[in-house]
Amino acid sequence: MKTAFVNARLMDPATDFDGTGTLLVNGNIIEAMGKDVDTTSADATIDCGGRVLCPGFIDMRAHAVDPQSALAGGITTIILQPNQTSVIDNDATVERIRHRSVDSQVVSVYPMGAATQGMRGEQIAEIGQMQASGAIAFTDCTQAVADAKVMRRLLEYASHFNALVVQFPQNAELSADAIAHEGETATRLGLPGIPAMAEAIQIDRDTRLAELTGARLHFALVSSRIGVEAVRTAKARGAKVSCSTAAHYLHLNDNALEGYRTFAKVSPPFRSEDDRVALIEGLADGTIDTLVSDHMPKSQDVKRLPFAQAAFGVVGFETMLALALAPVHRGQLDLMTLLKALTTTPATLLGLPTGNLSPGSFADFVIFDPNKPWRISEEKLLSAAKNTPFDTLPVQGQVWKTIADGVAVFEQG
Amino acid sequence: MSMNSTDQSSYPRADVAPPSGKLFPHKHLLGIWGLDPTAIKHLLDVADGYVDLNRQAVKSTETCRGLTQINLFFENSTRTLMSFEIAGKRLGLDTISMSTGTSSIKKGETLLDTAATLNAMHPDVLVMRHADSGAVKLLSEKMDCAVINAGDGRAEHPTQALLDALTIRRRKGSIHGQTIVISGDVAHSRVARSNIYLLNAMGARVRLVAPPTLLPADIDRLGVEVFHHMEQGLEGADVVMMLRLQNERMQGAFLPSLREYYHFWGLTREKLKVAKDDVLVMHPGPMNRGVEIASDVADDLDRSAIEEQVEMGVAVRMACIDVLTRDLRNGERS
Repeated sequence: MKTAFVNARLMDPATDFDGTGTLLVNGNIIEAMGKDVDTTSADATIDCGGRVLCPGFIDMRAHAVDPQSALAGGITTIILQPNQTSVIDNDATVERIRHRSVDSQVVSVYPMGAATQGMRGEQIAEIGQMQASGAIAFTDCTQAVADAKVMRRLLEYASHFNALVVQFPQNAELSADAIAHEGETATRLGLPGIPAMAEAIQIDRDTRLAELTGARLHFALVSSRIGVEAVRTAKARGAKVSCSTAAHYLHLNDNALEGYRTFAKVSPPFRSEDDRVALIEGLADGTIDTLVSDHMPKSQDVKRLPFAQAAFGVVGFETMLALALAPVHRGQLDLMTLLKALTTTPATLLGLPTGNLSPGSFADFVIFDPNKPWRISEEKLLSAAKNTPFDTLPVQGQVWKTIADGVAVFEQG
Repeated sequence: MSMNSTDQSSYPRADVAPPSGKLFPHKHLLGIWGLDPTAIKHLLDVADGYVDLNRQAVKSTETCRGLTQINLFFENSTRTLMSFEIAGKRLGLDTISMSTGTSSIKKGETLLDTAATLNAMHPDVLVMRHADSGAVKLLSEKMDCAVINAGDGRAEHPTQALLDALTIRRRKGSIHGQTIVISGDVAHSRVARSNIYLLNAMGARVRLVAPPTLLPADIDRLGVEVFHHMEQGLEGADVVMMLRLQNERMQGAFLPSLREYYHFWGLTREKLKVAKDDVLVMHPGPMNRGVEIASDVADDLDRSAIEEQVEMGVAVRMACIDVLTRDLRNGERS
């Protein structure tokens, strides 16, 4: 079975190819891609109507699998975080998740293993065995490995396996019990604040440890200007570090907490307007390498509580693309740069075979209309929970079709 | 979750007559933030009348007879709870008080379930205190009746700010133009926040005096002058409001010791010399004598308004209950 996707704006961040043409898929493999593809052998032809066709998104940070929601957001590969009901800190759990993923055959799921046992920050987890079972990076996810000695040994040990360590860049002492960005809004609302400096300090310390050990280190969810600057400085020095941010940080600042809106309670917190702008700049100039959803479904039961007691997190799969396209439409971010951060770069960091449109690759791709206006509606979300701070927000850019393993697994109704 | 709401808006308004024509166009009293000077002045004017009533031998009125008031305190309190209870009783409401030990929150019930339960009992006024900032607002979204915030976390304690304002207005004639110092643990204080909003709205010059560790980030953006040296902050002050210092602040590295705190930030006669001669000394209570305030200052009959604040507290709370139930008593219950 061969399908030709014609009249598409093909965008392949792996080769920087950007032009109108055809993508020919044979079964679950991309056979040809380009301006002048011979489609006579195709059994079916799909007219993409000039929409963008690019590799399926690789979401480096999801806390739940939630496949329908992911596919609706154009995400064909999910990197599951280890903070599951039972922490992913051993090879058996990793294998169970990998098997479940193979069975589902819709969205590819790769787990990250815990960096330390039970994510307690004390003893190094079984990185070698987890890696052999399919864990593709190691992180304590929602908290930093705080102890400098443990972090150093973790990096040294991980470097032996050439394993990527992902650190949550937030100094534990400076952020203890705090729930909002330290600034005017938190002060007025009477919420304990986390200074942006808590992020920069963690990044500074750990880039030095990465340099000391030669390990590969990634910072998940940079949220502040000084955080971005800390990474920029480290990269300029030649440190092997990379970082990500989540799409919602490009869109909201700490004003979103007004009225104690717990749907805007995220970790790290939404920061100042200046920080938000710096994240877009960092993504545009490549300081921020990857963009993630940080998808974290939470029920009303744990969100409709006083702010201090409410759970952190938002659902992000289905809003990620539209939120990230906003700075593109404003001319602050190049579309190819954005797509790189969603596809090729995470594939390279994690050593995944996807994230490009090269002939011979798996047919995981997404077709989206970058200009289509629509309104985010929590009722229409396919996710397991509806905790979005973007309900009713008008946005521009929507997924038309998601193709995973050669099959159209999501089509916009 | 919508930003809605029926309560006061979340931004300060200009001093204009409210569109409804009502002097206090809000369903709840959740905080001072968002109240305009007209609304604040109205509450103070009504409270003034109750001060006179409270000084008579027979203090009860029939104003709110038949209405039910629930005082729901999730945090220990003696004086505020009593003050609200007395205020309700003097207005003729049936008052019921629950405090944390007897509530089912301890059994794991969520705040919104508690709200639904209480709402089903049809109270007319709910007074609530909670340790979490924003908790009273959250509960108010599920209540049909008027909700009065008796203190939520570090966020707001509006009736305290109103009683402080009434005390100042009666002693000084006006709040406008007064230089008012708030000193102590501003970072953890809801009293400080509500007072900053109210005093600014009414045209006072507000100064804060505290060690840097007890001042929250960007506090200067709320329209206050910040001082770390007490003598500088007290220079020419008309009013000094001291805040209570919690003993637990010695943990968490906020302060080295009570002794050192008293030395630099305790209010003494000596430090007060740079303030105006007729400076008014206030404290929301309960006081830590010898920590944030010297006994001879607290007990100085010419300057200390601390007992008067307690008296004004009852009058202000009567005014709040009265004003918030007016529509209801006039048959406009929706």
